[in-house]
Amino acid sequence: MNADKVLDAKGLACPMPIVKTKKAINELNSGEVLEVHATDKGAKSDLAAWSKSGGHELLQDTEEDGVLKFWIKKG
Amino acid sequence: MGMKLISAKEVTEKVLSNKALFILDVRNEDAFSDWKIEGEQVEHLNVPYFDLIDGVDEIVDQLPKDRDILVVCAKQGSSEMVGEHLVDAGFEDVFVLEGGMKSWSEYLNPVKIGDLKDGGSIYQFVRIGKGCLSYFIESNGEVIVVDSTRTVDAYTDFAKERNVTIKHVLDTHLHADHISGGRLLQDRTGATYYLPPKDAEEVQFDYEPLIEGKDISVGNTKVKAEPLYTPGHTIGSTSLIVDDQYLLTGDILFVESIGRPDLAGKAGVWADDLRNTLYDKYKELSHDLIVLPAHFGSVSELGDQGQVQAKLGDLYEENAGLNMDEKEFRRAVSENLPPQPNAYQEIRQTNMGKINPNDEDQREMEIGPNRCAIHG
Repeated sequence: MNADKVLDAKGLACPMPIVKTKKAINELNSGEVLEVHATDKGAKSDLAAWSKSGGHELLQDTEEDGVLKFWIKKG
Repeated sequence: MGMKLISAKEVTEKVLSNKALFILDVRNEDAFSDWKIEGEQVEHLNVPYFDLIDGVDEIVDQLPKDRDILVVCAKQGSSEMVGEHLVDAGFEDVFVLEGGMKSWSEYLNPVKIGDLKDGGSIYQFVRIGKGCLSYFIESNGEVIVVDSTRTVDAYTDFAKERNVTIKHVLDTHLHADHISGGRLLQDRTGATYYLPPKDAEEVQFDYEPLIEGKDISVGNTKVKAEPLYTPGHTIGSTSLIVDDQYLLTGDILFVESIGRPDLAGKAGVWADDLRNTLYDKYKELSHDLIVLPAHFGSVSELGDQGQVQAKLGDLYEENAGLNMDEKEFRRAVSENLPPQPNAYQEIRQTNMGKINPNDEDQREMEIGPNRCAIHG
């Protein structure tokens, strides 16, 4: 999936993946897609919940070799 | 005072002392509604940390000024962030749960239940965050541990402090809600690990069969743990009668509820076994026996020291699960069952030795409440 920006949050523990995601998405325009890489397992449910509460859309998420990837469309 | 880390042990003491405690739980809403720190005097506010990244201005009005605030999250990091915001906003007594809900889930609170007739004692290890109960029975320098959790240091440290040796470890049944520490304790201490053979048909390691009528002696030979075959929650479920005083019921009978027969996918068949165990087999036992279950369902079941126990005779009067006619009973144990525990199939596979997840994964698998009970 194409992304307008990629955020590497691997190795970071909660709350940093979301803190950084929030900052990164602030720099995007509405409709653009942010790709986030994280290794903190808690990021999965938290990013989903955060996207929803912030009016963004979690388009897709995958897990490969312990790396979680998310594609979030800015609302 | 500012922000201070507080351990799961200290939080347990606060909860048990029934002191008013205000918890700001900053996990996401799903995690919070699934499972939280409970207590008679505990008040909660749930606001996810990701809504508080820039500060706590929006929730200040909902927080008490005159009470301690405990901030709780999954692992600690997010609570610290929110705790710092609270201090910046002028709150003075802010506590943060060390290790978050992860350590809350794992903390074991040992409570002495009573003495054995010929010397020795029985202790209950209360896993307050998850509702699991395990037992440490000690006599004349020897110990049997029953339904151990995977955090086995709690038992080995306790044994070391008392200068006693763990000789036997057993599980009353193949657990579906938590990962057994049985094998790990066996490896660490050289103890013999017992399992009910009917629950162990698929296990991938050696064990000693736990069989009705085959006593296990601990220390002084008069302290016998006599297994009693009591199927229902699982086909192999086996109860223990310790010292003719205590009835360890596993997940068959709890203080305010009864076991569920469906976690291995056989609710229909095992419902009859469960009925037979609860309404016939246990009834023939002395009603003076003290029931010591493997779970509790709500903090209302905890005694003043945090212990969970009841006289068998009292349960026959008060426990709704023991006072149903056959039709009612069948409906209660096969319809409208609570959701199944988190990752229960993987947990069963781990307890059989079929998969070997690492520590981190084991921890994740166990997150959340146990749901082994049916409340009548």
